[in-house]
Amino acid sequence: MSEDLYRAEGLRLSLPDLNRKPLWGPAPRNEILKGLDFSIRRGEILGIVGGSGSGKSTLGRCLVRLLQPTGGRVLFDGQDITHLDDAALRPLRRRFQMIFQDPMSSLNPRHRVGQLIAAPLHLHGVQDVRARVAEALDLVGFPQEMASRYPHEMSGGQRQRVGIARAIALRPDFILADEIVSGLDVSSQAQVLNLLERLVKDLGLTLAFISHDLSVIRRLCSRIMVLYQGEIVEESETAALFAAPRAAYTRELLDAIPLPDPQQVWA
Amino acid sequence: MADARMMVRRQAGARLWLSAFWLGLVALAALFAPLIAPHDPLAQDLFLGRMPPFWVAGAEPGYWLGTDSLGRDVLSRLIYGARIALTVALVAGAATCVLGAGLGLMAGYMRGWVDTVISRFIDIWMAFPPVLFSILLIAVMGPGLISIIIAIVIIDWTRFARVIRAEAMGQGAMDYVASARVAGRGRISTMLTEILPNVLPTIVVLLTLEMGIAVIIEAILSFVNLSIPTDDATWGGMISEGRVSIHQAWWVLVFPLIALFLTVLAFSQLGEGLKDRYDPVLR
Ligand SMILES: Nc1ncnc2c1ncn2[C@@H]1O[C@H](COP(=O)(O)OP(=O)(O)O)[C@@H](O)[C@H]1O
Ligand SMILES: [Mg+2]
Repeated sequence: MSEDLYRAEGLRLSLPDLNRKPLWGPAPRNEILKGLDFSIRRGEILGIVGGSGSGKSTLGRCLVRLLQPTGGRVLFDGQDITHLDDAALRPLRRRFQMIFQDPMSSLNPRHRVGQLIAAPLHLHGVQDVRARVAEALDLVGFPQEMASRYPHEMSGGQRQRVGIARAIALRPDFILADEIVSGLDVSSQAQVLNLLERLVKDLGLTLAFISHDLSVIRRLCSRIMVLYQGEIVEESETAALFAAPRAAYTRELLDAIPLPDPQQVWA
Repeated sequence: MADARMMVRRQAGARLWLSAFWLGLVALAALFAPLIAPHDPLAQDLFLGRMPPFWVAGAEPGYWLGTDSLGRDVLSRLIYGARIALTVALVAGAATCVLGAGLGLMAGYMRGWVDTVISRFIDIWMAFPPVLFSILLIAVMGPGLISIIIAIVIIDWTRFARVIRAEAMGQGAMDYVASARVAGRGRISTMLTEILPNVLPTIVVLLTLEMGIAVIIEAILSFVNLSIPTDDATWGGMISEGRVSIHQAWWVLVFPLIALFLTVLAFSQLGEGLKDRYDPVLR
């Protein structure tokens, strides 16, 4: 068993750019990921930062194979999943899960919370779904009555906790969290982050946490990867990155974090 | 705020119950026509021609809504006419819905070549003038209930297909679809369990509208004598006959008109009412 849960080698993704399509012939391709090499270690929390449009979500969607890379390889637990089809991916899917950015659109508005959490369990033929749903609700700190709620009857923070419950119910090895707190107010953010941190520790998960906000990444992640225009510009331990950022882009990001001013006088 | 919402809900409830009540009445009349109808709808009696409805002086006892120029009982003909109206509404509405919504759902969710083929097909289809098309069809197939139903399906499936395609496309872009895929759900299963419940409210509204439209189309075709070849009672046929003798016997025209109007209105309100009542997102 190797130390790396994920390995990406020369990972590339390009999409045809239909806006620049000439009248005749194929559209030029828009390079979104430009050959990424990295690995995600078992049990770590990897932060993936970068500005809007830097390719974070695209990278994440390649990892959970919502997108098929157009170049390079993705290895999950030593197995090449770059070009696996739906049928071949199916048994692997219970091992990597994803939590989405927008808690409103990532939960089917016409399914109840209980159904939302149970559906993946049924799909993978898990025994005793009821108990597993109850346990997942319990783990994210919900009373059992929540199971009969619809998503629109909940707050943003609560919906994101449903997203977490659904992801952990399958007992995956890996969870990808794509900007999961960026739509929440500060106190819900803290609540969701604390919950996620505790669950990762308790369940022994590996987590990739995507964010554009370094201050959120700092408190959660052990290692950070900085993405800029589809390329990795820096990759290091959290403490080292904050102490001595090497890439110019990282310094720019760091400078953008608002620091509490000790001199400030509250009038 | 809460009060305003209660008002809307109560109105929605009234709309649902009133339309369901009327359609239930029509359905009962259609189902039990032989038991309910006071007379044979085809029996002529030239001595009883153009008798007025019961509250007008000179009415013949037992002929509640009067008789037409051939002495046939208007109420009995209305009741038997409900059979044909409802059959057309249910069969044509359901068939149009299954065909149109099915193709629209596939095109909108699967995109790619499936969408290209179906959308092209819809465009070509809609380039034909539909009324001409249906008259041509009936001319070829001969008038009759089956021809009418096929004509309605052929004319109207594109309405479902276009609307549902657009809806499915919008829903398909939502993260909950990606989320189902991450959980390992296959494409067809995702379409049926994730997308379909979210376009179902629109399908229900379209379906009930379509049933109303089917009733009207049947009436129009009866009116121009392209519907049922025999002299079976149809609402459209009654309206057409009643038009001729409007000055001598207004009731022959007015009662089927009212039945037609209420039925079409009830169908359209039923869809909206069901949506308000049962869609969890709106509740
Ligand atoms: N479906 C798509 N088609 C074309 N371009 C896309 C698509 N999705 C994303 N992009 C482009 O890819 C780039 C990276 O997007 P994304 O991965 O969403 O960035 P991030 O999550 O870091 O904000 C952006 O420039 C975006 O315009
Ligand atoms: Mg993103």
